[in-house]
Amino acid sequence: MATFLNNPTIRGWVFQILFVLVLGWFVWDIIDNTSRNLQKANIAAGYGFLERTAGFGIVQKLVPYTEASSYGRALFVGLLNTLLVAGIGIVLATLLGFIVGVARLSSNWLVSRVAATYVEVLRNVPLLLQLFFWYFAVLRSVPGMREKWSFLGIFHLNIGGLHVPKLILGESAWMIFAAIPVAIAVMIFVAKWGHERQSRTGIRPPIGLINTAVLIGLPVIAFFIAGRPLHISMPVFTETGPLLRRGFQTDSGMTIIPEFLGLLLALSLYTAAYIAEVVRSGIQAVTRGQTEAAASLGLRPRQTLRLVVLPQAMRIIIPPLTNQYLNLTKNSSLAVAIAYPDLVAVGGTVLNQTGQAVEVVSIWMIFYLGLSFLTSAVMGYFNKRVALVER
Amino acid sequence: MNKPGSAFVRDSLLPARAPPPNSVGIVGWMRQNLFSTPLNSVMTVVILVFIVWAVTPFFRFTLVNAVWTGEDRQACATATGACWAYVKAYLPQFIYGRYPIGERWRVDVVFWTLVVGLIPMLIPRAPYKRLNALFLLTVFPVIAYILLTGGHHQFSGRWIPNSWMSPSPLRFAVEYALVSAAVFGVSTLFSWMSGRPITGSWRTLGFILGAFAIVLALVSLDFGLVPVETANWGGLLVTLVVAITGMVASLPLGILLALGRRSNMPVVKLASTIFIEVWRGVPLITVLFMASVMLPLFLPDGVTFDKLLRALIGVALFNAAYMAETIRGGLQAIPRGQYEGAQALGLGYWQMMRMIVLPQSLRISVPGIVGSFISLFKDTTLVIIIGLYDFLGQIQASANDAKWASPVTGLTGYIFAAMVFWAFCFSMSRYAAYTERRLDRGRR
Repeated sequence: MATFLNNPTIRGWVFQILFVLVLGWFVWDIIDNTSRNLQKANIAAGYGFLERTAGFGIVQKLVPYTEASSYGRALFVGLLNTLLVAGIGIVLATLLGFIVGVARLSSNWLVSRVAATYVEVLRNVPLLLQLFFWYFAVLRSVPGMREKWSFLGIFHLNIGGLHVPKLILGESAWMIFAAIPVAIAVMIFVAKWGHERQSRTGIRPPIGLINTAVLIGLPVIAFFIAGRPLHISMPVFTETGPLLRRGFQTDSGMTIIPEFLGLLLALSLYTAAYIAEVVRSGIQAVTRGQTEAAASLGLRPRQTLRLVVLPQAMRIIIPPLTNQYLNLTKNSSLAVAIAYPDLVAVGGTVLNQTGQAVEVVSIWMIFYLGLSFLTSAVMGYFNKRVALVER
Repeated sequence: MNKPGSAFVRDSLLPARAPPPNSVGIVGWMRQNLFSTPLNSVMTVVILVFIVWAVTPFFRFTLVNAVWTGEDRQACATATGACWAYVKAYLPQFIYGRYPIGERWRVDVVFWTLVVGLIPMLIPRAPYKRLNALFLLTVFPVIAYILLTGGHHQFSGRWIPNSWMSPSPLRFAVEYALVSAAVFGVSTLFSWMSGRPITGSWRTLGFILGAFAIVLALVSLDFGLVPVETANWGGLLVTLVVAITGMVASLPLGILLALGRRSNMPVVKLASTIFIEVWRGVPLITVLFMASVMLPLFLPDGVTFDKLLRALIGVALFNAAYMAETIRGGLQAIPRGQYEGAQALGLGYWQMMRMIVLPQSLRISVPGIVGSFISLFKDTTLVIIIGLYDFLGQIQASANDAKWASPVTGLTGYIFAAMVFWAFCFSMSRYAAYTERRLDRGRR
């Protein structure tokens, strides 16, 4: 008996069986309590409520939605809004983050100090506070509905949001969008051809120039072939006439709601500070020997950066960078604090109206978990591809 | 040395000349760091202009045009600068929330006890680290709990049917004794069957159960303190309570999860991995929503948690997942030889972890742990969304108060909040950097 109990394998299994039993009992208890509590509150479990009419409006929608649409539709609108703010936020944060990260390593003392200050200030103040600052303190102190501030003559800001020109797509506008993947395919081909040519003859064709021309040229050509299907609708601002009709007219231009602007500003400025640190440490992780070796091979500083430092730095930068992208997406759920209708905010409204707490929270979790598993799968694949092949 | 044809070779060293004047002093520094190339010069000028453009209005708002004294909104109604008078008037609320004014000394006592306990903990050379940590992790929480809530917790027991014993502290004590006896029994049975010495596990169990009994007894004693409901807590008090409790609760949980994820037992490993990845994959807001709307559903009838406790549970579980990953990083940094050495000495799993592996890996993880404490501290602001009034929540709420409402009140509040949060977080990150440097030196 004693030897039997002291056998580590057997003890391991006994422990695991006990663990599963306790866990199972715990989960069963929770499910049991939940179903009893739901019964008492008269809430039917299940996702049937998604078909019911929502009955509330949403200020920003990328797909048609009215108060008569279903809860499911409302959540879908919220999901698209999350993706929109996260997508644009990621682009802005990456641009700014790379600039600040490189600036921190600048030989110019002032530039690196300013970049460091930016990082230290933004990283050490809660995102929610920054969001409140941008939304309540900045975007609420702009002119009222009947006035405006204008930049460059085409961007107008007032309490209703940012009013910008709107692109109206004609019927054959799809040709322009179809030209973009074609252009990318051509670019990849050109890059391959150029590389092959360089290793054969030693002369490097101007790939960058050709590719830029292709990327801009093909869509422009498509634009003309399709018969110029793009029109621009400028925001119309009326200063005279009946008082209630003054201000920006609803059917002209495009209005970006202040909630979106505030969230976008806060998210991208905050995440940019983190991305800057990622970029800085990535570049610093490339040893000096690499730069010196490149210089002794006769590479110019620009070439050294492009061909030697950046490829190695990117290998270090990209995993934490995707982490930051995920963080940004998850942080976009702070939208609920300023009532930007993202998945969590819309879900919160649905939750309050229906009381379907378990279902709504599960939808949130499935979305965010799915996103992070997808990202980590892509990252795993990427890591395998770029990881150093060690012998 | 004088070969023919080398008559002009100098045979003594010239005294060193002074460096050119434009490479030393302020001028030299500026040439090197600000104006080394034309591009750099342009950038310097542009940045200087930007700084003047951005910083001047900031100082004009916060200092020059600021209103420092006043009784109500009249003082700031026409101000073009920060309304510090409002911050001064509301400061007690920002710190204590709606904690009864006569009882605020209790919060002060807790705060200063924490400071006194924490400072020697943070100074590497201060002695009695072990005792100090023991104080902070056992004595202090009990003191804080009793002082902040008022103690005098009524235990009434749960399992013994009412017909046998009416609900009373005595019933709870009997139940506690029964559970303790059962634990002792199981441990004795196990020791007897596996042929291990019995005294060791008895001592450990007796110590844990005894200490827990003392804590429960203290909490249930009546010290004559007025009970203060957590609904009345607010401000910096809530921020610190959520952050510190979240941190302290998540540390042991994080250690267990990290060990679980590296365990050889597949079931434990799978469960820990799923737990960690699920919490890390979702935003804190959904966790808080879950804690506030779903937790009540999970509980049996008659058991209710107050809002603050629910938020605490959510924050602790969420943070534990992040903590687990930080600690796992530390565990991975311990060379295999340490594990093998411990096993060769005949140490069991928990002995090996407690005496060999964890002390080393936790020390490596200190910067990471402080880092996750900083993000936890910032994240506590999210409790606003489930209706708790933390520091930021108090400020947000007071900005709309009619007594002080003015165009600058809100902005002043935000600037003040930002300064406080920044001071906390920045000093913590500096401390983390300092420890990192110190550890680096130790390892080299």
